[in-house]
Amino acid sequence: MERAAPLTRTATGKPSFLRANAEAIAFVVMAAGLIVAPFFTYPLFLMQAMCFALFACAFNLLIGYVGLLSFGHALYFGWASYLAAHSAKVWGLTPELAILTGTATAAILGLVAGSLAIRRQGIYFAMITLALAQMMFFFALQMKFTGGEDGIQAVPRGYLFGLIDLKNEAAMYIVVLVIFLGGFLLIHRIIHSPFGEVLKAIRENEPRAISLGYKTDRYKLIAFVLSATIAGCAGATKAIVLQLASLTDVNWPMSGEVVLMTLVGGLGTIFGPVVGSFVILLMQYKLSIVGEWVLVIQGIIFVTCVLLFRRGIVGEIAARFKG
Amino acid sequence: MFEIFGIPSGALFGQLLIGLINGSFYALLSLGLAVIFGMLNIINFSHGAQYMMGAFAAYLMLKYSGLGYWPALIVAPLVVGLTGVLVERLFLQWLYKLDHLYGLLLTFGLALIIEGVARNQLGSAGLPYVVPDALRGGQNLGFMFLPNYRAWVIVASLAVCISTWFVIERTRLGAYLRAATENPTLVRAFGINVPVMITLTYGFGVALAAFAGVMAAPIYNVSPQMGSELIIVVFAVVVIGGMGSILGAIVTGFGLGIIEGLTKVFFPEASATVIFVIMAIVLLVRPAGLFGRRA
Repeated sequence: MERAAPLTRTATGKPSFLRANAEAIAFVVMAAGLIVAPFFTYPLFLMQAMCFALFACAFNLLIGYVGLLSFGHALYFGWASYLAAHSAKVWGLTPELAILTGTATAAILGLVAGSLAIRRQGIYFAMITLALAQMMFFFALQMKFTGGEDGIQAVPRGYLFGLIDLKNEAAMYIVVLVIFLGGFLLIHRIIHSPFGEVLKAIRENEPRAISLGYKTDRYKLIAFVLSATIAGCAGATKAIVLQLASLTDVNWPMSGEVVLMTLVGGLGTIFGPVVGSFVILLMQYKLSIVGEWVLVIQGIIFVTCVLLFRRGIVGEIAARFKG
Repeated sequence: MFEIFGIPSGALFGQLLIGLINGSFYALLSLGLAVIFGMLNIINFSHGAQYMMGAFAAYLMLKYSGLGYWPALIVAPLVVGLTGVLVERLFLQWLYKLDHLYGLLLTFGLALIIEGVARNQLGSAGLPYVVPDALRGGQNLGFMFLPNYRAWVIVASLAVCISTWFVIERTRLGAYLRAATENPTLVRAFGINVPVMITLTYGFGVALAAFAGVMAAPIYNVSPQMGSELIIVVFAVVVIGGMGSILGAIVTGFGLGIIEGLTKVFFPEASATVIFVIMAIVLLVRPAGLFGRRA
């Protein structure tokens, strides 16, 4: 993995190995942790968490690096999971093709919604993405193939490439791990590419980027489609893993949840969304006994994060590190 | 009974009436959002939850203290408005220097808290609220039956909308407000206490939402999710109208309510989504919104 962050120098003037390679080290630790983790805790929980982590990373690509708050990312996550579930169950596609179908759906939806939403800036952008997602929620509610309130249940996991039986938990786990790490590296690559640098320039000062000759709308749209596509890939994978696609995944609280995960982990940090989604999912899992209070607790976390803790967990750690 | 485009007039006017009622709520809520946004530069995501608080306040007043609709119409907005003042002092005032997004996120969190508490305390089923005695029954207009309460809702919300417009656009206080929206520093230099004005503006916007909530209580059931369902539609209304103009917010609110009502008659499947579709079309044709100024 290439070294992305500028070298920070220690007091002696030499770049410390730890600091210079912080991202690479963190990535290795994360990958190793995810390989070992299923021996200690429920693989199904980990797979679900990885799907949400990828979803949050995709969301973070927009908010963290282009400064666009999409409040409707459930649209891509949920619709991709519907299409993946439907194509696996009804059309009998193999899981990798089902995931591709879902991902492609999200890409198309992202292109349409993105080209509408980027017509307005700032706060309007958030409201437009939310409203478009709500529209697609109603479509999902009304259309026959989605199964309405029941969703699409008992989706077969099928045979990967027609060969490997994914009912085997270990095989499924490896598939999800590969998708997650692949998606994560892709996002890392995007952020540190020349394209990503232009995105950051747009985040910092859009008029200036325009005056430098960049067609910022085109950059924003491409970033939006990429984010929607990766979010879709996460949703499609989740549908195969949990063998379920439901209204929960397209509804607005899901959009809020991915915002929360990213905010808790750290907006605009590469590892933040991953940490955030594991923390939030673990919390929901541990707190399932308190029922509706989860909503209140999530709200309190939102308020606390915004008021006191805007850098998020990873952001705070990084700030300490740089000291 | 006669028919218009093959639709019995009763059904048509009935849906038009429902459209006007929905439009009243869209107008009241988008007006509140616009007033708050103008002053605080914050999109108040908890607006829907505060609307729900208004309805619940009315319900609780009736249940525990026997105070009926009319006192509730005054007291509930005041109480909820006061909680708004507290929210502004405790939370929002720290966010003005930051990106707008944080205001949205914070008020979203508040909305979750309010809705969560309401669900825990009152259950997620809808609770009925009776129409006040004075407004029971209705008028037979010949072509349709007009329930008195619904006529009252339309008239009352129109009156509130227009007086808000009047205060903001035609009085000295409104002039201060508009001036503070344009340039708060300069207005402070003239000796006007802008922070207090900001606090009260938020309180007022929230009180408007609660007022709408009390009026909605006898029409829809009082339920914790009544606000979150509505607020997303109101966001679309705000995108369509643009938040630059008070009158624009009112006109767009009523207009979209009527269009939605008509859709229910002619193409019922699309009634839930028609406002979002209109939003998409407006974004294509007039990206700044119908009454908006290009940002």
